[in-house]
Amino acid sequence: MFSWLLKRLAVTLGYIANYGYTDGSGDWYIIVDTDKCDGCGKCVEACPYGVLEIITDDYDERVVAVRKQHSKNIKYVCAPCKPISGPRDLKCQKACPSGAITHSW
Amino acid sequence: MTTEFYRWTENSWHSPDIDWRKAETLVAGIDVGSVSSQAVILADDKIYAYCNTRTGSNSPDSAKKALSIALEGTGIKPEDIQFVVGTGYGRVNIPMAKKAITEIACHARGANYMGGPTVRTILDMGGQDLKGIHCDEKGKVTQFLMNDKCAAGTGRGMEVMAELLQVPIVDVGKMSLDVKEEPEPVSSTCVIFAKSEAIGLLRSGWTKNMVLAAYCAAMAHRVVGLLERIGVEKEFVITGGIAKNIGVVSRLEKELGIKAMPLQPDPQIAGGLGAALFARDLLLKSRKGN
Repeated sequence: MFSWLLKRLAVTLGYIANYGYTDGSGDWYIIVDTDKCDGCGKCVEACPYGVLEIITDDYDERVVAVRKQHSKNIKYVCAPCKPISGPRDLKCQKACPSGAITHSW
Repeated sequence: MTTEFYRWTENSWHSPDIDWRKAETLVAGIDVGSVSSQAVILADDKIYAYCNTRTGSNSPDSAKKALSIALEGTGIKPEDIQFVVGTGYGRVNIPMAKKAITEIACHARGANYMGGPTVRTILDMGGQDLKGIHCDEKGKVTQFLMNDKCAAGTGRGMEVMAELLQVPIVDVGKMSLDVKEEPEPVSSTCVIFAKSEAIGLLRSGWTKNMVLAAYCAAMAHRVVGLLERIGVEKEFVITGGIAKNIGVVSRLEKELGIKAMPLQPDPQIAGGLGAALFARDLLLKSRKGN
């Protein structure tokens, strides 16, 4: 118990990254909790449209991020995985072992 | 010569009290943004010099220009600077920078330095994007959100409006507050739509001040909508050029119900200052390693 606490204190806490945009049609964000993300890359392999990539962030952590070229069009690129009617099949979310990825819509 | 109403005042400053030759570390942070570029020089952990200038069409040139203006009259040669970190839109294109760090991390660090450890929420109203950032007491990012999809609610939008109404951009804030009663905000969030709406309002007999008030209110409203996603915690600070526009800032404070803490010496240098602070850390780390 004590060692768990020490370990928890020693680990620098991550941050919550909101990749995407707000426009006239609503909020379109993919949200990554870097506390939970260890940069394993399973989501990158699972995404059929190449939206995600593993980067080394400003604090030298390996984490997942939305590719720059998709940060302004995820509403459209992600659309095939989330039809308005019928079941949603968020492959990136399912692939993540620690539940680090969420979508705002 | 035609007057360029969108032009804001460029400025530079260097400390008369600090002798940079006695400093153990002399580092620089260069922020090449979409509209403005800043260079900040740190002598040890004190701000020794900074400058704030317009970004041209070429990022390496803008970076060099910003640095040379900041160094003017200080006696420092570019090669005296021991470590340079670049940030902003043009960060990958700064020739003298040894490392590029995102502007999100830099703004948090710079605002933490200027505003102190109690700063938790940073709103960066840049030239072409909006960023909402949460940070901890050390200036490390804990959450961020960036909207660079459209220029509504950014400095570029304000430049367009200043040019349209033929009002010097530095007077926009004051003039927008000089209205008998607060008009309805313009309904359009898009700069181009807002521009046509503003022309319509002018033709229907609104004064310039009323149109500016309506635009500043629309901008504040849009930013509040963005900030709601991450929430606002005290202390709240605003960085970037729009932080100097009292018309937007006062309406923003009213809508959020929270006062923004003023940043000294200049809210526009937060990114460059953060980059310089990272440069100092990296320099000290590399010295320790050897």
